[in-house]
Amino acid sequence: MSVGTTMSASSVPRETGNPNMVSIARRQRLQDILFHRVTQSFSLLVLIALMGIIVSLFINAWPTFQKFGMKFIWYVEWDIINEEFGAAIAIVGTLASASIALLIAVPLAFGIALFLTETCPTWMRRPLGTAIELLAAVPSIIYGMFGLFVFAPLFADYVQVPLQNVLGGMPLVGFLFGGSTNGFGILAAGIVLAFMVLPFVAAVMRDVFEIVPPILRESAYGVGCTTWEVVRGVVLPYTQKGVIGGIMLGLGRALGETMAVTFVIGNANRMPTSLFSPGTSIASTLANEFGEAADFHISALFALGFLLFVITFIVLGLAKWMLVRAERAKGF
Amino acid sequence: MNTKRTLLKTVAAAAFASIAMGSALAADITGAGATFPFPIYAKWAEAYKKETGTGLNYQSIGSSGGIKQIRAKTVTFGATDAPVPGADLDKDGMVQFPAIIGGTVPVINLDGFKPGELRVTGPVLADMFLGNITKWNDAKLAALNPGKALPDQNITIVHRADGSGTTFNWTDYLTAVSKDWADKVGKGAAVKWPAASSVGGKGNEGVAANVNRVKGALGYVEYAYVKKNNMNFMQLQNADGKYVSPDDKAFAAAAASADWFSAPGMGISMVNAKGADSWPVSTASFILMYKQPEDKVASAEALKFFDWAFKNGKQMAADLDYVALPDALTSQIRTKVWTQIAK
Repeated sequence: MSVGTTMSASSVPRETGNPNMVSIARRQRLQDILFHRVTQSFSLLVLIALMGIIVSLFINAWPTFQKFGMKFIWYVEWDIINEEFGAAIAIVGTLASASIALLIAVPLAFGIALFLTETCPTWMRRPLGTAIELLAAVPSIIYGMFGLFVFAPLFADYVQVPLQNVLGGMPLVGFLFGGSTNGFGILAAGIVLAFMVLPFVAAVMRDVFEIVPPILRESAYGVGCTTWEVVRGVVLPYTQKGVIGGIMLGLGRALGETMAVTFVIGNANRMPTSLFSPGTSIASTLANEFGEAADFHISALFALGFLLFVITFIVLGLAKWMLVRAERAKGF
Repeated sequence: MNTKRTLLKTVAAAAFASIAMGSALAADITGAGATFPFPIYAKWAEAYKKETGTGLNYQSIGSSGGIKQIRAKTVTFGATDAPVPGADLDKDGMVQFPAIIGGTVPVINLDGFKPGELRVTGPVLADMFLGNITKWNDAKLAALNPGKALPDQNITIVHRADGSGTTFNWTDYLTAVSKDWADKVGKGAAVKWPAASSVGGKGNEGVAANVNRVKGALGYVEYAYVKKNNMNFMQLQNADGKYVSPDDKAFAAAAASADWFSAPGMGISMVNAKGADSWPVSTASFILMYKQPEDKVASAEALKFFDWAFKNGKQMAADLDYVALPDALTSQIRTKVWTQIAK
């Protein structure tokens, strides 16, 4: 019906002051405003949810912060019965496993993205790219079970034991490879995490490498650059933002990953003394203990959750700061 | 406009009434709590629904969750593995009774030994979990197992990473048999594991998987998992000094020797129970209900369910490797506990 009136109105030429026309314009403006408001409220919803999470985490965590104060962050203790809680063990486990994951995943992802965009034969690009995206879609529980039943036994026999034999006696680094070789621990968790974040980082890197304008690339090749020189001098500077974004996405996933880590990290509330020693991460502690927690224990778990939030914020903030500094250095 | 609104109201009222009636007709019993008895409650519920048409909606959210839910009165009964102290029961106006019995078993991964071939006493077991004994060929273990070629292998302790009634039962036992353990660690649904070699597994299945995977591992799981996974276990010395293997008869013997009404709310601990055949790490799982329930009909339905389960659920319990309560005990529960609940 409204279409009909619009048609008839537009078919009448140059009839200014047509009440029909004015009402249509008014209606459309109203619709625009409505659309603007509705979409705005959607995006505000995200902000409200975020604030709600922070506030509720903090309120629930308050008894813990009240009792331990800032000491909670570096207090090395997690004794549920005597209600002595500190986050240091979980924070160290989280940061250590996530760092190991990135140390392994980023160079690999960079190589994968480089190969796919620069040197891969065209017919191989699509199947390889799809495979990587598929890897990103595998649920984390699958990685966890793979880690526990397949990876950990192999890791114990063929990685931990040789590493300990070769490097365990060395000065300075020997202590990193001490402890029992049962397949669990910080290093095992880091490696499984690396598998998990690899497809994310690789997919993002490949996508951003692909948006480099061909003309830039071809010009560089034209003046005689090698592939590596093109990547270092043209592709990387052009895509810096995206690459860091991809790494941060991976880091975010590694920091917050729960199930896969729970399966292989060893779940021991002790400060890890070597790469092989079992530990715990914030997310895995929450997953393990929340179900049966009561009273003060719950508050301590909320405090851990709050700290994870803060850590993620700091990491994202650092990434943003690095980007801004890098752009300034380039004179943008 | 007005008629429209009244129409809307009528429709809403009708819908509401039908929902209310629907729930009244189905009258499902609601309960929440312990995960340990969940398989048997689910099995009983299935059979009970077939027979009577009344269903049971049991959420296995964990013991402390069950206590929270019954305190919030969102469920008709709560279930907990660790008994609630008598003072708390009085404060909340609740009764507590056991519903099912099971046991926790020390499981090992050691080549060359048949299940039950190795023996251990409570204090030595506590020393192993404390990390004081770190090798399988330790002198204390060798003394208990004369003539056995114990390997020079590190002991890896495997424990539950999540809070659990199984852990409560296990640490309750270690606390009862070892002063060292009682002073340093204590008992609880989750404790601070002292052994330097200890790793955590999530759930009974997680512990079972880790023990089966790590050579030289020592862990503890519910009896059902020992049978299901064909695991190697140790014989344990009970309070009478006899070495026993875990099975339903040994759990039942522990239940029979227990003096149930010696503690308020029947909240006795069955660990280290007397009796020559008693398994020393047996446990009961408890039900919590209000003496003055808000919904008396629902409460009576729940009691009917447990009455039926006590009478008809024994074989089902045995199939799932639980132990049903002895008849003498269930009749006492009927006369001494259920009579306190207002109908």
